[in-house]
Amino acid sequence: MIAVVDYRAGNLTSVKKALDHLKAEVIVTRDPNIVAKAEKIILPGVGHFSATAVLDESGLRTAIREQIERGVPFLGICVGMQWMFGSSEESPAAAGLGLFSGRCERFPENVKSPHVGWNSLTCREGSRLFHSVPSGSFVYFTHSYRAPVVAETVARSEYGGEFSAAIERGHLFGVQFHPEKSGAIGLQLLQNFCAL
Amino acid sequence: MLTKRIIACLDVTGGRVVKGIQFEQLRDAGDPAELAAAHAEAGADEIVLLDISATHENRATLVDTVRRTARQLFIPFTVGGGIRSLDEARAVFDAGADKISINSAAIADASLITSIAERYGSQAVIVAIDAKRRNGENGFEVYISGGRKATGRDALAWAREAESRGAGEILLTSMDRDGTGAGFDCELTRLISEALNIPVIASGGGGDTRSFVDVFRDGRADAALAASIFHFGLRELADLKRELQEAGIPMRWPC
Repeated sequence: MIAVVDYRAGNLTSVKKALDHLKAEVIVTRDPNIVAKAEKIILPGVGHFSATAVLDESGLRTAIREQIERGVPFLGICVGMQWMFGSSEESPAAAGLGLFSGRCERFPENVKSPHVGWNSLTCREGSRLFHSVPSGSFVYFTHSYRAPVVAETVARSEYGGEFSAAIERGHLFGVQFHPEKSGAIGLQLLQNFCAL
Repeated sequence: MLTKRIIACLDVTGGRVVKGIQFEQLRDAGDPAELAAAHAEAGADEIVLLDISATHENRATLVDTVRRTARQLFIPFTVGGGIRSLDEARAVFDAGADKISINSAAIADASLITSIAERYGSQAVIVAIDAKRRNGENGFEVYISGGRKATGRDALAWAREAESRGAGEILLTSMDRDGTGAGFDCELTRLISEALNIPVIASGGGGDTRSFVDVFRDGRADAALAASIFHFGLRELADLKRELQEAGIPMRWPC
């Protein structure tokens, strides 16, 4: 069973719908006890980095942390991926999970923000998440803050400079774009995660 | 590289897609769910569904249409037309919309932009502006109620206010060009796009490939929306995207 964590930021309908389409067994939940029993965890997120504060208050952060330590596959989407870093300029007081080093920053002023639309990926070989996804594929982004390129970056994208479109280390995965809104390529990625 | 988006718009009333010319003369064009899926398959980068009847009695029909359309759609999906409150927006989001588009209701109460953006994020709020060139003067005037009512407001000033209140994108329709196929209003589009830091979707007048090249180059549009050119087989979406790619406009192609 895959737990899609609902922390009341934005709209989870699309993520749930895509997973249903892939015939995955999914539960959308804000209950830490359910997250603690999940075989896989997805942390979606559209909205503000500060919304992740709800995770602290509700006990979800602890449940997620313990599951990650046990080796349960974890996928963060959009703000969910940014939360896997240490912090974000969007809400400096809010602490991320710190699973990846670096800080998310705003796009420079010479480009429109948010970064909205389909952008291409430059993928690194050997990623489990990007199995069967060719480099150069287009995916749908919508975000105002971006994560830096780090050692674990498996796909990068360019908009006012390069940033991490996807990160991966062991059973930890994060994507800045929205696989649930990225057509066949996005569904392939979600399928890869479901199949782990 | 970030690509320019081609957005297919479905005008719906009573659960059917229709198409009019300059906001009038409606013709039946098919089932929304089927047409949305067909457009996505052909390479549309997004789907917009606009309820042009937008009466209170039709709300339930619209929510049902949104649910049916969203079910098999895995690209961004925007719904607009007659959304007047956070509750009405919620019903549409819950049915599967990724973004909502508001027009007359935002003019009536601009705080609606902020309240939806705070709950669902700015990326989920598109402010739609129907603009018409002022007779004998510079500038463009905002119209509401499906283009029937002049507001006296300046389109550029309103677009700026919408951005400051939390809009994530502007859907800018030239009423002078809508449904004519005579080309987008590049002057209007450029005026708004250069003044704002959020994406602008150009609408109204899309026809041949050249008109799209022009609105992306001269109009500085981030996306272009078109309806009738796709519905009646006048132009295949895939051909348009390929031709734009060949003309040097960055496209998600092949997709």
